[in-house]
Amino acid sequence: MSAPRDTWKKPPFIANPVLRWAVILGALAYFGWVGTTMPIDWNRVAEGIGRAGRIFGGAFPPSFERSGLLIDGFLESLKIAILATAGGVLLSIPIAFMSARNVAPKPIFYLGRAIIIVARSFHPVIVAILFVKAVGFGPFAGVLTLIVYSIGFVAKMLAERIEEIDFGQVEAMRAAGAPYFSTLTYAIFPQIMPRQIGLTIYQLDSNLRASAVVGIVGAGGIGATLANAFGRYDYDFALAITMVIVGVILVSEAVSGLIRKRIQ
Amino acid sequence: MTTLAEKFGRDDWTRFTLRQRMTRYAVIFGCALAIAWALTSIEVIWAWVWGAPEQIGDLFGRMYPPDPTNLETILKVLWDTVNIATFATTFAVLLSLPVAYIAAQNTTPNRATLWLGRLILVTSRSVNTIIWALLFVAIFGPGVVAGILAIMFRSIGFVGKLLGEAIEEIDKRPVEALEATGASRFKVIAYAIVPQVMPTFWAVSILRWDINLRESTVLGLVGAGGIGIILQGAIDTFNWPEVATILIAIIVLVIIGEVISAFLRRRIL
Repeated sequence: MSAPRDTWKKPPFIANPVLRWAVILGALAYFGWVGTTMPIDWNRVAEGIGRAGRIFGGAFPPSFERSGLLIDGFLESLKIAILATAGGVLLSIPIAFMSARNVAPKPIFYLGRAIIIVARSFHPVIVAILFVKAVGFGPFAGVLTLIVYSIGFVAKMLAERIEEIDFGQVEAMRAAGAPYFSTLTYAIFPQIMPRQIGLTIYQLDSNLRASAVVGIVGAGGIGATLANAFGRYDYDFALAITMVIVGVILVSEAVSGLIRKRIQ
Repeated sequence: MTTLAEKFGRDDWTRFTLRQRMTRYAVIFGCALAIAWALTSIEVIWAWVWGAPEQIGDLFGRMYPPDPTNLETILKVLWDTVNIATFATTFAVLLSLPVAYIAAQNTTPNRATLWLGRLILVTSRSVNTIIWALLFVAIFGPGVVAGILAIMFRSIGFVGKLLGEAIEEIDKRPVEALEATGASRFKVIAYAIVPQVMPTFWAVSILRWDINLRESTVLGLVGAGGIGIILQGAIDTFNWPEVATILIAIIVLVIIGEVISAFLRRRIL
């Protein structure tokens, strides 16, 4: 046994010293190398300080003069969110069944998982530009985008819930000779319904949030109003819109949290 | 033994009472009403809606086959995208430490700092990355800096909030033990608080890096650097086969990111 020490040192985070130093040196090399080779125009960045002053000077006080536009934009966002949630949740249910390992046959399971992975991999903004190109500017592109976005989340969570169900009820239905769809409605739906409702409310909140963003690339709603205000250097109106967005998001988050808590 | 009729006033079995059923119908009716309102008042050109499947099919038809001639540029910009996400996550995590410290009820020095911390977290979290990016592109011009700052500002709120909650949930006995020995504030933090929040810290950082990787793919669409810039360029010039290549590259990147973060999480936690 080695000589007892009379000082104590914190055990290192990574016990293996070779690995520890490799990780530290690797991280330093990465940050040093990338930090110096990144395409940054420092002169332009330095100019930005003065610009920031001008922008914030122009943004205060926020202007609520055109609150008509603001309210219209918001109502449109709300409509987009409602329709996208309804459409997305309806489509998510069959896709969730397809991608639950315990109820779907293997090839269909892989198809369902593939749909979910594709829907989840793309940020809603990318999906939005594609839809804007395909179906034109406006809220319809927004609805389609958020339907894809909702499928990615709701179908995934719901499929996980379906995989956790108590299979006894399904077996009982099957033993009684029930056809496939009766098994779904009487043995599986009642078990996943609470999760389904919770997810729907969460997704409505989430879609409202995302609809503010997809508008920036032309898919309607408050985001379009914000992008226009920014493009016209109306920083005071842009600040007003941002403040309202933040306010609405906080309220909708609180409301959706409250409802979900009461349901569960 | 009482019969069903005596007990419930009816002799057939139903799953819900009359009142429950009425509430359910009212909720369903309310939802239907909201959807009907949205459907009838939304400003869309319905002719476009009916033509949409055809248009979307046409768009994907033009994307096939993907055109890999520009693959080298795409991979280079993809690497920039990864760097934006990594740098922004690192800075955000470092900056969120003091914010989390003052936003946690048990460590904050006083009420004013608590509310300051909470204000920073709420502002950061409620403004989306893209909106932050719009602002920073207007200030610092298009490019990587605006992208890094945008992701950073959004991530501080996320990491800070989760870390603050972790600090609030720590076992306070080690803290009291150290304070009883007369340890300085700094030593209390380093030896009693940090070890307890370390697992959350790594979990949250890895999770946020994964999210940021996705977010950094779209920053370019508002001019803030990364793969989004060439995606926008390809879309604007109707170069659909190249768009397809970029989209595939993004999916691959996101999946690799998910694999790496899953691996790190398993190793560290």
